[in-house]
Amino acid sequence: MGQASAWPDDIFRVFRQADIRQVAYVPDAGHTRLINLCRDDNAIRAIGLTTEEEGVALLAGAWLGGQRGALLMQSSGVGNCINMLSLITQCRFPLLSLVTMRGQWGEFNPWQVPMGQNSGEQLRLAGTLVYPVDEASRIGETVEQAARLAFEGGISVAVLIAQRVIGSKTFGKSEQ
Amino acid sequence: MTEKSEDFALRRRAIVKAILAERGGMLVIGGLGSAAWDITDAGDSPLNFPLWGAMGGTVAIALGLAVAQPGRRVLALSGDGDLLMGVGSLATAAVQAPRNLAIVALDNERYGETGMQETATASGVDLTGIARACGFPLAATIRDEAQFAAALPQILDAPGPCFFTIKVRAEKLPLVLPPKDGTELKQRFRRALLGTA
Repeated sequence: MGQASAWPDDIFRVFRQADIRQVAYVPDAGHTRLINLCRDDNAIRAIGLTTEEEGVALLAGAWLGGQRGALLMQSSGVGNCINMLSLITQCRFPLLSLVTMRGQWGEFNPWQVPMGQNSGEQLRLAGTLVYPVDEASRIGETVEQAARLAFEGGISVAVLIAQRVIGSKTFGKSEQ
Repeated sequence: MTEKSEDFALRRRAIVKAILAERGGMLVIGGLGSAAWDITDAGDSPLNFPLWGAMGGTVAIALGLAVAQPGRRVLALSGDGDLLMGVGSLATAAVQAPRNLAIVALDNERYGETGMQETATASGVDLTGIARACGFPLAATIRDEAQFAAALPQILDAPGPCFFTIKVRAEKLPLVLPPKDGTELKQRFRRALLGTA
């Protein structure tokens, strides 16, 4: 896959190849480009959520209707998903989640640290396979493999994109 | 509101039976607890997806399904407690505005599975008002047989997204349980709808 700065485009190509049709999200600065690419694509329905657990439920419904989806969030959103992940594990729904990490690397907001440091463990405890990735050039291939595992295996899989990749310079005081 | 929900005229099992008697190919998500038992009492179907958990998720599941299946009517049928827990999903659904989505709140103003404690609707919180404020083009509250008879064709066929609060009597009813295995519920639904699990 492409150069370091193009990882959102790499993910988007994987979405198209994997026939992802619904992309549900609570925005994160790190997902801005990917969200915009999805919103601009007529083959993908980009669905803004009021809380991340809605996305877990929404994508279960999408699968019931024969469509694949992906859930985008930042690490603080992981905690909002935990109970709803019971729906995924009990019914063996596939779930592909892409989590941009906060509270890890050059973080200016300490309130991001509790979820940023623990969201991988919390996802594992809730029955989700977790793939952390901290090299931009490997994000595309990691999402590709995570998608295969999720949709062919009926498994919840989350890719955790390290804050080091996203770049601490993105997180000026004007952005949350 | 002075009338207690124990005295409401409409009975949930009869209401749900009347809706589902006309379902055709409609896809039905039944919210956790009483609503899941209600749709099962009306006659279990592979195109029912009753929830044994996922409280607050009924509308979101129905929304994802409605987006995936624009040619099929999708009905989210749930209780007031479930809808209050996922009240943000009414905003999400209103923004997406699928024309094939109907939501019915069976509002008995109680948490029926946990001892009939009052929900916020018993103190006047108005689910129909919330839906209307979110932007649902059709949102109505139904309290008697005449209103229900007028609304039934809309529940089944009006351009969505539409939202109906049906005020139903608070009553303890016999449990009529659907299959409990989530994998079975998912696979039978997909087989019936898509021809593949």
